[in-house]
Amino acid sequence: MKKPIKTGVFALSLLCGASAAADISDEMVKIGVLSDMSGIFSDLSGEGAVTAARMAVDDFVANEDPAFQVELVTADHQNKTDVAASRAREWYDTQGVDMITDVINSAVALAVSEVTRDKDRMLMVTGSGSTAINNEQCSPNTVFYAWDTYSLANSLGRTLTDQGYKKWYFVTVDYALGKAIEYDATKAVEQAGGEVIGSLRHPMGTSDFASFMLQAQGSGADVIGIANAGADLHNAIRVANEFGISQQQKIVGLSASMTDVHALGLNTTQGMLLVEGFYWNQDEQARTWSRRFQEKTGKMPNMLNAATYSAITQYLSAVKRLGSDDADAVMADLQEREFNDLFAKNGHLRPDGQLIHDVYLFQVKTPKASKGDWDYYELVDTIPAERAYQPLSESRCELVKRAGSRT
Amino acid sequence: MDIFGVPITALLAQLMIGLVNGCFYAVLSLGLAVIFGMLHVINFTHGAMFVLGALFSWAGLYYFDINYWVMLALAPLIVGVFGIVLERLFLRRIYHLDYLYGLLLTLGLTLIIEGAVRSAFGVSGRPYGPPPISGITNLGFLMIPNYRLWVIIASLLVCAATWFVIERTRLGSYLRAATENPKLVEAFGINVPMMVSLTFGFGVALAAFAGALAAPVMQVSALTGQTMIVIVFAVVVIGGMGSILGTVVTGVCLGLVEALTKVYYPEASSMVMFLVMVLVLMVRPHGLFGGRE
Repeated sequence: MKKPIKTGVFALSLLCGASAAADISDEMVKIGVLSDMSGIFSDLSGEGAVTAARMAVDDFVANEDPAFQVELVTADHQNKTDVAASRAREWYDTQGVDMITDVINSAVALAVSEVTRDKDRMLMVTGSGSTAINNEQCSPNTVFYAWDTYSLANSLGRTLTDQGYKKWYFVTVDYALGKAIEYDATKAVEQAGGEVIGSLRHPMGTSDFASFMLQAQGSGADVIGIANAGADLHNAIRVANEFGISQQQKIVGLSASMTDVHALGLNTTQGMLLVEGFYWNQDEQARTWSRRFQEKTGKMPNMLNAATYSAITQYLSAVKRLGSDDADAVMADLQEREFNDLFAKNGHLRPDGQLIHDVYLFQVKTPKASKGDWDYYELVDTIPAERAYQPLSESRCELVKRAGSRT
Repeated sequence: MDIFGVPITALLAQLMIGLVNGCFYAVLSLGLAVIFGMLHVINFTHGAMFVLGALFSWAGLYYFDINYWVMLALAPLIVGVFGIVLERLFLRRIYHLDYLYGLLLTLGLTLIIEGAVRSAFGVSGRPYGPPPISGITNLGFLMIPNYRLWVIIASLLVCAATWFVIERTRLGSYLRAATENPKLVEAFGINVPMMVSLTFGFGVALAAFAGALAAPVMQVSALTGQTMIVIVFAVVVIGGMGSILGTVVTGVCLGLVEALTKVYYPEASSMVMFLVMVLVLMVRPHGLFGGRE
């Protein structure tokens, strides 16, 4: 139904001497932030994502003065794929939403990606990190924007092994996320000349990690790689401190972020290495924007918040350049550009939907070195975009194979 | 020497950790058992009260610089008073209805408490700082943090004291009589509604005590209560709904069973207690120590 109407409007606008907004459906660009507003991921994303999205829209309208209107809608997907998919369908079908973003929780992201492909709109995943999003289940309508398990696990695995920590043991949460992180990290460790001497799988939502961490300690590994997230990660790291394990072995949270450091405090996390795509204090642009964000939310933005801001800004700019919100056209336009903004540095959108951009290796400061609230990281290294992400040659995405066979 | 491929010292270490967790489960479940045994209310707020206990313990330290030991007493007191208010305002009105209404009401209250904590503090929890008892003791087979030894002692003391008060004192006998036949007990001039309120307050205070005990070593957040309530229900159901001794013994045993599972098949460690629950209920539908009710 959508296409004929759009074409009709286009034809009419040609007759009438079209305005720039002629090929924009409903003369409005509507963006949906579909996030976890109340569950386990709500500190990472949730209100933060909504605030970042609102800032992106307000800034774009103020700076670019577009000929079209921009509207923002938000919803809570409750970490349920069925809730997420039906909300996405409703937004696309009845509310004229053109692009959905955030979709934290990989299962949710995959479900919404499917709906988006059916409806031929756009999805910019800034919350989730499962590499299935741009591999087995890649889609021409989905941009994988902020981070993935590969870039984190790979960079940390390689860096630590290069530093001489050769023997690894993994404490892995027993579902897709944990297995993906362990798989990617193992590859990186082995490529760098290290070895994985063991691992264990624990169920999600374990309250006491003493048993697991003692088993990891007993393995005699140089590094204990913790491949889980949220409360599990926090409890694992706290136990490692409590039992003095972190004084003898290197503890690394393979998907840890600033939100985790904030929750655990510097006493517990000092010295830890993390890979992130954004830190609020990384440069002047980041600091200025982050202070504005902090005024609105009371906390500093994390990588996901900055990515949401960046994704929406890039999307709206593309729509303005093209005078169209057609998903295929926007996608093609974005693939031609180099991204250099608040979040994405040396960014480039690949045919598999992956936005590759520079990522950074940070070390958590000691409480003494920290100059106050939110002063958490010391930059150790910048990992260039091409080296950080899974190379296209290893991609399991159909679109890449097709693009490859054409050339 | 190995037992099924695990060195015996490593196994002992894991059992010791299991004992700590078991004692913790016991004290956490105790309040639920008391409330069910005495009031016949299936108190779903128990997990949320645990979270509040931990939260107050942290907040006392963080905002007012009140140390751990004071908060260990103060946090249960505050939560106990809060429980009494809830009992007076809400629960009192539904005692004459089926058990299910109590469950629904307390579930609703839980969602409200959790929502409030989440909106104020987020879902990640807050840093607590180093445990109040530092140092590590070498047991030969395990280097155990002294704080964990304190958890065992504190839990067992509280469990024993609770059992003693309810089963062996005059106050306890009034209480048990009041739940059997409130009219008759009232006729003797005992203020039954007051006793009921105090019992509920005491039950939730036990949850808060467990929370304050856990705060220095566990990342307690708004959502932790949901994980805890499931474990606690399993303990109470296996022990026999309302049986104090049953709850304590079951809590400790489940801690040990869980510890063994974590060594031999960690994937099943959060499921094993429900397997035990199914098996126990098949053989003894009233639980291990349950009465005829």
